[in-house]
Amino acid sequence: MPFVILAILAALPLTGLSSYAMHLVILVVMWSVVGMAWNLLGGYCGQVSFGHAAYFGVGAYTAGILYTKMAISPWWGVPLSIPVVALFSFFLGYIVLRLRGPFFALATLASGEVMRVTAENLVDFTGGTLGIMIQERTWVEKTWYYYIILLVATVTFVLVKKLAESKLGYYFVAIREDQDAAESMGINTTLYKTLALCISGCLTGAAGAFYMNYMGYIDPNVVFALHDISIITIMIVMVGGVATYWGPVVGAVIMVLLAEWIRSIPGLGTAHYTFFGILLIIIIIFLPNGIVGDFPKLKRLLKLQKA
Amino acid sequence: MLEIRGIDVSYGDTQVIRDLSLEVRKGEVVALIGANGAGKSTTLKTISGLLRARKGEILFEGTPVHKAEAYKLIGMGLSLCPEARRLFVEMTVDENLDMGSLKGEAKRQRQRTKEAVFGLFPRLKERRRQIAGTLSGGEQQMAAIGRGLMSLPKLLMFDEPSLGLAPILVREIFDIIKKIREDGTTVLIVEQNVKQSLAAADRAYVLETGRLVMQGTGEALLSNEHVRTAYLGV
Repeated sequence: MPFVILAILAALPLTGLSSYAMHLVILVVMWSVVGMAWNLLGGYCGQVSFGHAAYFGVGAYTAGILYTKMAISPWWGVPLSIPVVALFSFFLGYIVLRLRGPFFALATLASGEVMRVTAENLVDFTGGTLGIMIQERTWVEKTWYYYIILLVATVTFVLVKKLAESKLGYYFVAIREDQDAAESMGINTTLYKTLALCISGCLTGAAGAFYMNYMGYIDPNVVFALHDISIITIMIVMVGGVATYWGPVVGAVIMVLLAEWIRSIPGLGTAHYTFFGILLIIIIIFLPNGIVGDFPKLKRLLKLQKA
Repeated sequence: MLEIRGIDVSYGDTQVIRDLSLEVRKGEVVALIGANGAGKSTTLKTISGLLRARKGEILFEGTPVHKAEAYKLIGMGLSLCPEARRLFVEMTVDENLDMGSLKGEAKRQRQRTKEAVFGLFPRLKERRRQIAGTLSGGEQQMAAIGRGLMSLPKLLMFDEPSLGLAPILVREIFDIIKKIREDGTTVLIVEQNVKQSLAAADRAYVLETGRLVMQGTGEALLSNEHVRTAYLGV
């Protein structure tokens, strides 16, 4: 099944989709990466982060600063963002992972905002609110961008699946279920939580570095955005299904398409957050495990409608 | 085997345990009893390293453990069966038992220990593939005790094993605790069910508002006037 989907996805550019359709597909795949990364930390390890924009932004700025300061291709940012974000997550984790539950969530939320304000003010380094613009984009055509992010997504999917099925995955779930009990069973919870955060952060950062290359422009309000990055990431996983392999992918498809569709309705466009909010309420009430997690229930509901 | 020397424990500014000392000798069943908020669970959490004592020391087989990381204690033979079962509710019974034997000797002996646990709790064997959260209260308590035994502990600590169980199950749990002791594991129980735990214990300590007020053999405390009026209501 995953191979069939991958084959279909790999053949997608050959079907002659319009440039706009390809753009949407690329966004869906990129958001799947961020969603899957968040899911590793939030879904499996139970550490709900409201600040994944911090990692996304640091990844994006790694690529951008490599280009402006060191004059090398921002594509280096995709691999190089991994050690940078790993280091960054490690330090951030050292602070925020001492906290639990809602306090952890609030601390991560703050960390994203702190990064945004920092990037706005380190003008010499980041270009401040002017942002970073790549003068010449690598390709005009979208095919290669698509294959690159598809590769990142495939690696992410396989990595998350392998991790979740390994001993480490059991440790993560044990920490999610009961941190004290896990600690009493001999699991070094600090170590494994940090590990989950670092891996999740690195994958998110790689997506951020791709974003820099693909969009060609970033500024602090775009890549460190609370609503547009951190909250959307959580929504993608919530809608698709927390702690499921395909949840973030399904969630990304729905959220990207929904955002595009609502924004194109005249007069309603600016209210798309309102619709996201309503969608989230519906999901929490009727499908608390998301579309993938509650798929049997969803099928039953639809059948009931027909009968 | 376990020796606590004059510990003070606080949550922030609120001091919960004051100058507590107690001892558990090898092969004993020791009970720590007291009312709600007396500091019983806090004591257990401090022994297992989930909380830190502000003062005093804790020795396990002569080694100071009050500064050791909680996850390392299980390797030394100190195992906690936490309050309200605290199973990993989305894992199966089998997986929960595996979680109790993650490292070293316990991992190598996993299959053999599991058979022994199933011998103690035949019900768990029938339900080994079932998700732990769907077990009944009593079965969950059995699974939690089983998980505690999987680490081949020298000292097994129980935090309120009778909490939320029907009287007939409480008796069953205390019978199991006796069996565990006969198999050579030392036991420390923290309980509100004073009658049952005093009957099962060799020795007991009575804790009131964070201070030790009495100690003695289970039998002696059972007939003690203060214990009878304060805890048994007779």
